[in-house]
Amino acid sequence: MATLVFLEHHEGQLQKPALGVLSKAAELGGDVAGVVLGSGVRDLAPAAGAYGAAKVYVADKPELEKPLPQPRVDALAALVREQGIDTVLFAASVLSADLAAGLSARLGAGLNWDLADLVQENGNLIGKRPALGDSVYVDVGWNGEPRLALIRAGTFDPKEAGGKAEVEDFDFEFEDFSLGATMLEQAHAESEGPSIEDADVIVAGGRGLGTPENFKLVEELAQALGGAVAATRAVVDAGWYPYATQVGQTGKTVSPKLYVACGISGAIQHKVGMQSSGVIVAINKDPNAPIFDFCDLGVVGDLHEIVPKLTELVRQRKS
Amino acid sequence: MKIAVCVKHVPEGTTHARINPQTKRLDRSGEGAINPFDTHAVEEALRIKEAQGGEVLVVSMGPQSAQDSVRKALAMGADGALLVTDDAAAGSDLVATAAALAAALEPESTDLILFGQQASDSDGAVLWAAVADRLRRPVISQVAELTVADGKVTGKRQTEFGYDTIEAPLPAVVAVSDAINEPRYPSLKGIMGARSKPQRSVSVSELGIDAGEVGDAGSRTVVQALNDPPPRGDTVKIEDDGSAPEKIIEYLAEKKVL
Amino acid sequence: MTKPADFSPPFDPNEFVAAPSDPPEERIDVGVLIVGAGPAGLACAIRLGQLLEDSPETAERLGEVPVAVLEKGKGVGAHLVSGAVVNPRGLRRLFRGRDFRIEDVPSYGPVEHESVYFLTSSSALRIPTPPTMRNDGNVVTSLSQLSRWLAEQAEAAGVVLLPETAAQKLLVESARTVGVRTGDKGRGRDGEPLPNFEPGSDVTARVTILAEGTQGHLTGIALDRFGLAGENPQVWALGVKEVWKVARPLDRVIHTMGWPLRGGRRYREFGGSFIYPMGEDMVTLGMVVGLDYRDVEVSVHELLQELKTHKLVRRILDGGERIGWGAKTIPEGGFVALPRRLHAPGLLLTGDGAGFVNVPALKGIHYAIESGRLAAEAAFAALRPGRTPWTPGALASYDESLRETFVWDDLKKVRNMRQAFARGFLMGGAIAGAATASFGKFPPKDLRTERDADVDLIRTNRSARYPAADGKLSFDKLSSVYLSGNKTRDDAPNHIRVRKDVPREVAMLWERMCPAQVYEVAEDGGETTVEVTASNCVQCGAITAKGGRLTPPEGGSGPEYTLT
Repeated sequence: MATLVFLEHHEGQLQKPALGVLSKAAELGGDVAGVVLGSGVRDLAPAAGAYGAAKVYVADKPELEKPLPQPRVDALAALVREQGIDTVLFAASVLSADLAAGLSARLGAGLNWDLADLVQENGNLIGKRPALGDSVYVDVGWNGEPRLALIRAGTFDPKEAGGKAEVEDFDFEFEDFSLGATMLEQAHAESEGPSIEDADVIVAGGRGLGTPENFKLVEELAQALGGAVAATRAVVDAGWYPYATQVGQTGKTVSPKLYVACGISGAIQHKVGMQSSGVIVAINKDPNAPIFDFCDLGVVGDLHEIVPKLTELVRQRKS
Repeated sequence: MKIAVCVKHVPEGTTHARINPQTKRLDRSGEGAINPFDTHAVEEALRIKEAQGGEVLVVSMGPQSAQDSVRKALAMGADGALLVTDDAAAGSDLVATAAALAAALEPESTDLILFGQQASDSDGAVLWAAVADRLRRPVISQVAELTVADGKVTGKRQTEFGYDTIEAPLPAVVAVSDAINEPRYPSLKGIMGARSKPQRSVSVSELGIDAGEVGDAGSRTVVQALNDPPPRGDTVKIEDDGSAPEKIIEYLAEKKVL
Repeated sequence: MTKPADFSPPFDPNEFVAAPSDPPEERIDVGVLIVGAGPAGLACAIRLGQLLEDSPETAERLGEVPVAVLEKGKGVGAHLVSGAVVNPRGLRRLFRGRDFRIEDVPSYGPVEHESVYFLTSSSALRIPTPPTMRNDGNVVTSLSQLSRWLAEQAEAAGVVLLPETAAQKLLVESARTVGVRTGDKGRGRDGEPLPNFEPGSDVTARVTILAEGTQGHLTGIALDRFGLAGENPQVWALGVKEVWKVARPLDRVIHTMGWPLRGGRRYREFGGSFIYPMGEDMVTLGMVVGLDYRDVEVSVHELLQELKTHKLVRRILDGGERIGWGAKTIPEGGFVALPRRLHAPGLLLTGDGAGFVNVPALKGIHYAIESGRLAAEAAFAALRPGRTPWTPGALASYDESLRETFVWDDLKKVRNMRQAFARGFLMGGAIAGAATASFGKFPPKDLRTERDADVDLIRTNRSARYPAADGKLSFDKLSSVYLSGNKTRDDAPNHIRVRKDVPREVAMLWERMCPAQVYEVAEDGGETTVEVTASNCVQCGAITAKGGRLTPPEGGSGPEYTLT
C-alpha cells in the first residue's frame, strides 16, 4: 500500500485530525507519506514524521497560500500520478471535502466519505460508515485505484511514535479554472464560543432546570468546558432559550465529543438530535428518565447541586 | 442569467429510511421528496432570477419518481426541468453521478450552477466539487450569503475556523448551506402551474456517455456489508451522594474528553 | 358533576365561512373541488374522471382543471389510519365495466379465518362470530396504501391532486358554496407572518364535495351553517393502532371484546380490539374505545399497551418489532346520527365526515367509496349543459341515490346497536343481539345518542394498571408520535382551541385521552391549567368530541403515515 495523507494546516499548525489519520495510516502499514500544501509552509513538514510519515511531500507556491480546494486538486492529482499512490486519506473538513471530491472527479477515483473507521480485511481496505443516524454501519470498499477516503474528523487520535520524515518538494502545473476563485477574506479563530454544530463540547438544558434563570448553570458549565449551550424543544417552546440552540428532530443534529444533558428526560425527539455524540453524560433527578437508557454516564441527582460544583472542579482542573 | 439548480430525490423521513439488506442500497421504493437542503438552493436561484432576470433550470438524476421533487422546484418558481433517468444509472456513486450530471449540464451553457449543502440520505457534502472539476469551473461551497454582480459571484461561507469570503468569476458552481435563506412555500397557483412547465427526460446514451460510466459499472466504490453499530458500551449509572461532581470529572478524564 | 361540554372553547363557526376575497384573476378556478384524498374523495374523483371522459361537452364547461382534490397531509395517505378489512363491494361498483380485478388493488389478501374472543385479564374465551361481523370475501389492507393506489387511478384520469393544502374556510356567496379558501403557510407561533409567509388562496368551483373524514373541519362548519345536522348528535370512538413486524405469520383476523375495558354500566367503556395479519411478516393491531367513557384516567393508547400484555396477543408479537403507530377517531352514531340532508347548494358531504360507518361490522371504507361515487354522479348530473348545481335541490339526487343503496340499508339494520352499549356490556349485548336477529326491527323506538362531551366524568385509579413503557412491547406516547412521522414545526401557530382554565378533572381527561401527549395538566399560580404542545398533534379529532375544537393546521404538517 502506498498511502498519502493530506495534512491540513491552519495558522502555522498541522491540524490534529489530519495527524490522527496519519497515525492510523502508519498503523495500516505500507509506505506512508504526508503532503503539505501552502505558501511558506515548508517548516511544518518535518513534524509529521513523529506521527508516522516516512516522507512528506511539500508544494510551496504563492497560489496555494489561501485554503482553497481547486489548486490543491492540481497538486494532488500530479503527485498521485507521479508517485503511484494507491490510497489518499483525508480528515474531513470543509476544505478537504471539496478537495477530495475534486480529486475523485479528476482521477476517476472512488471516494468514500464519513468513515468512522478504516481496516484491512483479506488484503482489502474497508471503510466503516455510519448511516441512518448511526443506526447501521455500512462496510464500504473500492474497486479500483487510487482509493480516496474522507474520515470523520476526530475519529483517530494522533499517536507520537517518534521518527523523522524525509521532506521532498514537488512541482506541478495549475489548470486555468483552478485559479478562478480567490479568497477576499480568510477566517480566523472566532472569539465567541463555537456554534453548536461545530462545538466539540455541548452542555444542554431541559425542563428539569425548573426556571429559565437556571440556564445560567448550563452556560457556566459550557464556558468552563469551552463548549456551546443547547436546549430542548420544551424549553425553547417555553421561551427560555432561542430556537437556534434547539437540538432534536425539529432542531439541530449534533455529534460533539461530549454532550452533557442537564434536566433532560431524553424523549426520542431529542435523542435523534444528539445520539451519535461521543460521550453522553446525563444529570436528572428522575431515575426512570429514558435518557438513562442511552447515555454513557447517568447521574441520578439534583442538577442544581451537581452542576455548579462540577463547573468549579472543571475550572480548577483547567487552570 | 441562466441558473441551473441540481436537486436530489431522497427517501422520505428518517423514521422510514431503511437499507435493503439484499441490494445493500438505501430502499428508495417508498415515498420520496426533494432533499430538504436542495430547497435552499432552489430558493436562492429564484431570488437571483427575481433580482436580475434570467431563467432557472432544475436538474436531477434519479428514477422516474424523481419527477415529484422536480415538480416541487417548478412549483416554487423554476422555469423548466431536466431529469436524467436511466436504469443503467441506478446505484451510481460519486464518480458516476458527477460524470452524468456534468454531461447533462455541459450543453446547457449556464452562468451559475447551484447545489444544496448535502444530501439527507447519504450525508455526503461532495458532489458539487466533483461536478465543478468535470466542468472545469471554479467552485465555492457552504455559502451562507451569496452575491452575484458584474460577472462574478461572491460567497461568504462558514468553515471550522469562522467565515471566509471567496470570489469567483462566472461561470461558476456554488453549493449553498441551509443557513442562506428560508425557502418559500409554493403557492397553489405555482403548484398547479408546475405541470405545464417544460420538463425533459434524458437517458444516459442521449447525453453521449457510455452506460459503463454510470451505475455500478461506472462506480469506483462498493458497499460490502451492513453491520450493527459498535455497541455504545454499558451505561454507568450512579446516584449522587454528594460526590457526583468528582466522579463525573474522573469519568470524563478517563474517556479523554476533558 | 363535571362534564367537558361545560367548558367549550370560544369557537365561532362563522370564522370559517367567508366570501371570496382574492381578486378574481388570483383565484384558482376548478370545475369540481373535492376536499380530502381519502377513499371517499378519491372514489369521487375517479368516478368523475370516468364520467367526464365519456362526456367531453361537460368536461369543457369545467375549464382547465375539471377535477381537483385538496389534501391537508404531506402526501396522499399521510393522515389515513384504519384497520382495515375492506368489503370490496364499493371498489367493484366504482370500477364496474372497466378492466378491473380486486387483485389489482394493493392488499394483504382475503380474510381466510376469523375469531372473536371475549378477554379477561388471564384468559381468552372464543365466542361465535356475531353475524354482523362476518368477513367472508373481504380483504385486509392498509388504508394509507390503498389511498395511494386510488390516487394513481385518479391522476391517470386527469384529476389534479394538491397535497400539503388545508381547506380552511368555506367560501359562500348568497347561501351558495362556491369553493374553499386554503390555509396560510409560514405563520409563527403567535400568528405573525414569518419571512416565507405564503397566504392561502381562494379556490372556486361549481361543486364542492367534502370528503374530509372523521371530524371533518368544513363538514362541521357546513352542518352548522346550512342546518344539515340530524336530530341526534354524532358520537365518536378513538382508535389507536400499531403495525408490527412479526416472527410468525398470523393466520386469522381477530377481534376481541372485554378486557382491558370494564363492562360495568358506570364506566361506559364500549369498544374492543382488532388484530389483522398483513401478509406473512406483519400484523396490525388496535384498540377502539367510544369517547363516551366516563373515567378521566382512560387512555386508549395505554389500553392498547395493556392489551399487548395479554398472553393471546403477546404470543403473536413475540420476537417482533413495532414499525408503525397511528391514531384517529371513528364516527359511531350510525344511522340515527346521519345529517338530515347531505347536500346544500353547490355542496355535498361524503364518507366518514357524514358518518357512514357500520359500527358492529367495523366497516366504513366501502361506504365511503360508494358515497364518493354517488356524489360524483350527482355532481355530474347537475353540471350537464342546461343545469346549474346551486339551484336548491339540484344536488338532491345524491341523497336520493344514497337511500337506494346498500349504505342506507346496512346502516339502518344496525342502527341501535352502538347506543345500546351505553347501557353496559351485558345489556348492550342483549339489545344488539335482538336487533340483529330482528334485522333492525327491534327495538321499536330508535335509541338516541348523547354528545360525548355531555357525559359526566368520574375518576378511578385506572392508570395504575397501565404497563410501564419498556421500549420493546410497550411504548410511551412521544416515541409513538415520532414513529407516526410527525415532524410539525414547533413554531407553528396553535391550531387547537381549548379553554385553559378548566377544572382539574377536565385537564386530566384531556391529558390521558390524547394519544399524542398534546395536553398536560399544569399549575399556574395555584390554579389548574392546560399546557398545549400543538406540534405533537396527529389530528385524530378526539379533542373535538370532548370539549375542545381541532382546526386544520398548516398544510403538510402532522403525521406521515405509510402503513396504517
